Amino acid sequence: MKALQSRLRNLNASKLPGVQLFQTQNKEFSAQAAFTQRFKQIQEEALLGGGQKRIDKQHASHKLTARERINLFFDQGTFVEYDKYVTHRCHDFGMEKEKIFGDGVVTGHGLVNGKLTYAFSQDFTVFGGSLSETFAEKICKIMDKAVLTGAPCVGLNDSGGARIQEGVESLAGYAEIFQRNVDSSGVIPQISLIMGPCAGGAVYSPALTDFTFMVQDTSYMFVTGPEVVKTVTKETVTKEELGGAKMHSSVSGVSHRAFENDIEAIASTRQLMTYLPQNCHEKRAPRPWTQFDRNSQSSCKVLNNIVPFDPNKPYDMKIVIDSVVDRNQFYEIMPDYARNILVGFGEVEGRVIGVVANQPQVLAGCLDIDASVKAARFVRFCDAFQIPLVTFTDVPGFLPGTVQEFGGIIKHGAKLLYAYAEATVPKINFITRKAYGGAYDVMSSKHLNGDYNYAWPTAEVAVMGAKGAVEIIFRGKNVEEETKKYEHAFANPLKAAERGYVDDIVIPENTRDIILDNLKVLESKNRIKPARRHNNLPL
Amino acid sequence: MKQLLRTQIRQIHSNNKTFPKTFDKLLIANRGEITRRVIKSAKKMGIKTVAVYSDADHNSMFVREADEAYRIGTPPSKDSYLRMDVILEVIKSTGTQAVHPGYGFLSENSIFQKYLQDNKVKFIGPPTKAIQAMGDKIESKKLARAAKVSTVPGFLGEVNSDDEVKKIAGEIGYPVMIKASAGGGGKGMRIAYNDKEALEGFKLSREEAISSFGDGRIFIEKYIEEPRHIEYQILGDELGNYIYLPERECSVQRRNQKVIEEAPCSIMDQVTRDKMGKQAIQLAAACGYYSTGTVEFLMDKNKDFYFLEMNTRLQVEHPITEEITGIDLVEQQILVAAGFPLSYKQSDVKIHGHSAEYRVYAEDPSRKFLPSIGFLQKYKEPRAHENIRIDTGVQEGSEISMYYDPMISKLITWGKDRKECLDLLANAMDEYVIRGVTHNVGFGQSILRNKSFQDGQYTTAFIPTFYPNGFRGDPLDHSDHAQLALSAHYLRNLYNNLGTNNHTHEKVYYVSIKGGDHDIDFKIEHVDGSKFNVTDMQSNKTTAHDASDFDLEYGAILRFKDNGENKLVQFINSKDDLYFNFYYKGNTVHSAVYTETQYQVKGHMAPPKKVDHAKSVISPMPGSIVSVSVEVGQTVTEGQELLIVEAMKMQNIIKSEVEGKIKKVNVKPGQSVAVDELLIQFE
Repeated sequence: MKALQSRLRNLNASKLPGVQLFQTQNKEFSAQAAFTQRFKQIQEEALLGGGQKRIDKQHASHKLTARERINLFFDQGTFVEYDKYVTHRCHDFGMEKEKIFGDGVVTGHGLVNGKLTYAFSQDFTVFGGSLSETFAEKICKIMDKAVLTGAPCVGLNDSGGARIQEGVESLAGYAEIFQRNVDSSGVIPQISLIMGPCAGGAVYSPALTDFTFMVQDTSYMFVTGPEVVKTVTKETVTKEELGGAKMHSSVSGVSHRAFENDIEAIASTRQLMTYLPQNCHEKRAPRPWTQFDRNSQSSCKVLNNIVPFDPNKPYDMKIVIDSVVDRNQFYEIMPDYARNILVGFGEVEGRVIGVVANQPQVLAGCLDIDASVKAARFVRFCDAFQIPLVTFTDVPGFLPGTVQEFGGIIKHGAKLLYAYAEATVPKINFITRKAYGGAYDVMSSKHLNGDYNYAWPTAEVAVMGAKGAVEIIFRGKNVEEETKKYEHAFANPLKAAERGYVDDIVIPENTRDIILDNLKVLESKNRIKPARRHNNLPL
Repeated sequence: MKQLLRTQIRQIHSNNKTFPKTFDKLLIANRGEITRRVIKSAKKMGIKTVAVYSDADHNSMFVREADEAYRIGTPPSKDSYLRMDVILEVIKSTGTQAVHPGYGFLSENSIFQKYLQDNKVKFIGPPTKAIQAMGDKIESKKLARAAKVSTVPGFLGEVNSDDEVKKIAGEIGYPVMIKASAGGGGKGMRIAYNDKEALEGFKLSREEAISSFGDGRIFIEKYIEEPRHIEYQILGDELGNYIYLPERECSVQRRNQKVIEEAPCSIMDQVTRDKMGKQAIQLAAACGYYSTGTVEFLMDKNKDFYFLEMNTRLQVEHPITEEITGIDLVEQQILVAAGFPLSYKQSDVKIHGHSAEYRVYAEDPSRKFLPSIGFLQKYKEPRAHENIRIDTGVQEGSEISMYYDPMISKLITWGKDRKECLDLLANAMDEYVIRGVTHNVGFGQSILRNKSFQDGQYTTAFIPTFYPNGFRGDPLDHSDHAQLALSAHYLRNLYNNLGTNNHTHEKVYYVSIKGGDHDIDFKIEHVDGSKFNVTDMQSNKTTAHDASDFDLEYGAILRFKDNGENKLVQFINSKDDLYFNFYYKGNTVHSAVYTETQYQVKGHMAPPKKVDHAKSVISPMPGSIVSVSVEVGQTVTEGQELLIVEAMKMQNIIKSEVEGKIKKVNVKPGQSVAVDELLIQFE
């Protein structure tokens, strides 16, 4: 990787003996030599982007420059840059006089955690990071390379939008990127970091990628900004309110996580990438599991006690996940959005898993529109990249009400159902407590080709809670007595186990060991999807 | 010497001893560690044990360890551990012959004892009339006086004139405390060392009492200077034999809750000991006492002592007495209950070494010691050591619930002298791993580092004096920070390179330790091998470290050698391969480890945002809202009641810390709230 850099360094005129020879013997013969000298200057210029003044401004607004971000992102000294000297081709509005090497985006490849990765980093100091035809070409070049070599592609976004001086060429550039986002989707992991403005058409590239991370207070995303909003809808909002990291991470669900600053966002992205494979054709290799890891792992004994006796009492499903995964490290995706469902990555003895779990602490763990969509997208990501799914079910049903029905919980709930049903990666499920009604079916049930389905002794698999069921069956007669009967029949996992809908009723503290064992068994799982042009999931 | 002594004591404890036939089966009407403690002695004596449990305890250690266990109800104590009828049913159906009540719950309940008596079941404890006599504050004092036990001198009536003041103060002996009957919070209270001060105090106290409480009644009692809490364990049998065991000192208390106990008292002399012990026995004899009991005294700086009260049960802190005498107190209780005489005479009682107990609690020392509830997600006791004893009812995964006392364990150590004992206690605390609840181990470490405590020069004012505002961790100096920085640096390299091919150890790292207002930054330079230079970026002070033999045990205890010295830092967790959190000297330390590249640009990042807590009221603990006394738009003054949160059956009044107008009330009565949940916002 360092080869190119060192070659460039060696071009330094004074160090080339041949050049010296020319210089001393024949001054007229030194056009090449002159260039090599000028080249040093060009190099420095290219590194400075929009100049020191703009860099200082960038820093003053608590943002890093495109190059600083690249340096943070790649393993030290591994970044190889492409198209450093590209300039735009615009000849309108005096733009021909303003050319800056690189044209506002730094692109290239390098190593992240030792693995080949492509990245572009938009430079806000150059024309406000605005996207020109050449700017887009540079991005497209690395996106193509990433697919060709089967390596992840990461975009560090900080751009004022389209380069207005260029007009349609700029718009074409966006679309070229979108097309590549779609073509690479499900082939290589794509991650977007929003580290400054990202408005108008520009928002759609991140939206097409697998994960979008934002930085608090310095980044925002919207299709139309506050000024246009005000003229059209008369609403007065700030940029932060309309499209800040907090809003997108907790309300809209456009962003998958919000970070305090650039350093944190980039460090966390690097950590996320440790869970991902290079492309859809390979599994992420298990990390070696050492004696050290074994000694550090706490037992899962807490799982024996965590489900309260009172079925209406919540408990923290995060504790369940934390105690199952290696080092208690659960990399949560969308922690602030639809908190009634938890999704994220973890490892079990070094093998990566995608975890989906109802969170009884929020909305009693109900499935609603947001939760269904959040989990569906995560399930599809895991399936695309061969990451086995482990599901923890404690779901009292779908959230009732006009808001949900008007909002189309039917089609959104169907997305999660669809995602689980079509997923061919290993699917392991633990019912920790409630598995009621249609939501039971949806949550990685046996009937959706679940590979291993288990119930803890505290599980209840039923159409609904005892009280509601009795009200319907007996129309209010002998409610108390019949409730007891119903509870006896269904407030345990035995009925489901008798049918084989759960493969076993297991002691909670064995959960981690069971997952590990199943992962080993399912290593060679190979389910072939039927041939078709593509499926038609309910969008 | 130490080994020998220890062996001797252990011999007394040993399982080889033969016991006369006492009971076939006994039931323990309690839970947690004390039930386990009783089971241990019963097993040794060949007695079958029956445990009773509430739903919350169904999975507990004591339930598994008992020969039989029966569910007696739902988690609240009143629906289970206090249900005498249900417990009696279990007793009858199991053929239990005797009941050990442990401490708390039904241990001093005379109705329960009568129930047992009526059913011909033996109660393992003192006779009912002794419990009743000692349970009454006034009667117990009268009884004590009659038995020639030294009590706090005082006149139990109000004083009205200067003459009376002089007379009574003279009788009691100076110094005296002049107290308003309606007083509180130090108001209407005066200490006097002579007649002049007494008259002056009388006048001032009365004026203050009238103006503050509208009640001018004044009392006078003995003022005990620099009081220490000293208690004597006594043992008696039904034949009228009594012995006393060497004292326990429990002066480190907060709000009458003992925090650390040691035996014997570090300043006790044999003459006083005999005097106090004999009086303890006199009191026991006077009320026809048998089984175990504890007579509590206050001792002043002149070693004059005064009877406080008698506890008619086996006490929480009984293990330290067992450790220094080798006497199994539960075993003696059972023998006595079965009608046997005590196994020991007074002349058999010797003091072997020193023992101390720290009560490890799930509580938050920085929040007025409020209980903390949750699951013990990680729990690891100090490594097994012959001189460390841990009495506990919990293990990894257990829940500390809101229904019962949030005690995690009793950490007990023994040493051939006080220093050895306390050093071992400190070491044991260092490697005690508790995650999932907030706990008080750091507070204990701080007490053990306190010079006054180390010197044995402390009184019941110890905690109010040294920790008037609770405990937020001991201050950390450069050397502490250097240890933390080295630890964080080691972990970052370890975590970043776990199982990857990426072994890029950079030469220089920077560690930021989060302070209150600003970070403290350190540069760590890898010189070579195990040699590092740690530089404080503010003061530019550099120290050289030879840091080696790093070992992370259980993912929680980081041990290493620094310049030859053994170091230990507790690691909590890490985030984003950037942040590393530690528990050190009672502080929760947040740190970030930066590479050179990261550190160079760190200065450009926005400073962390501060939440203005003055503008909002957050829940200090998990619980439920009992009542809300304010509404939106209302203007409140400082100290005004805002709402009441109930947790652990305790009602906590949350008062306004500021003056202001209520902007928003986020909760309603009956609602349950989590810790740190936003309750009320001010404008």
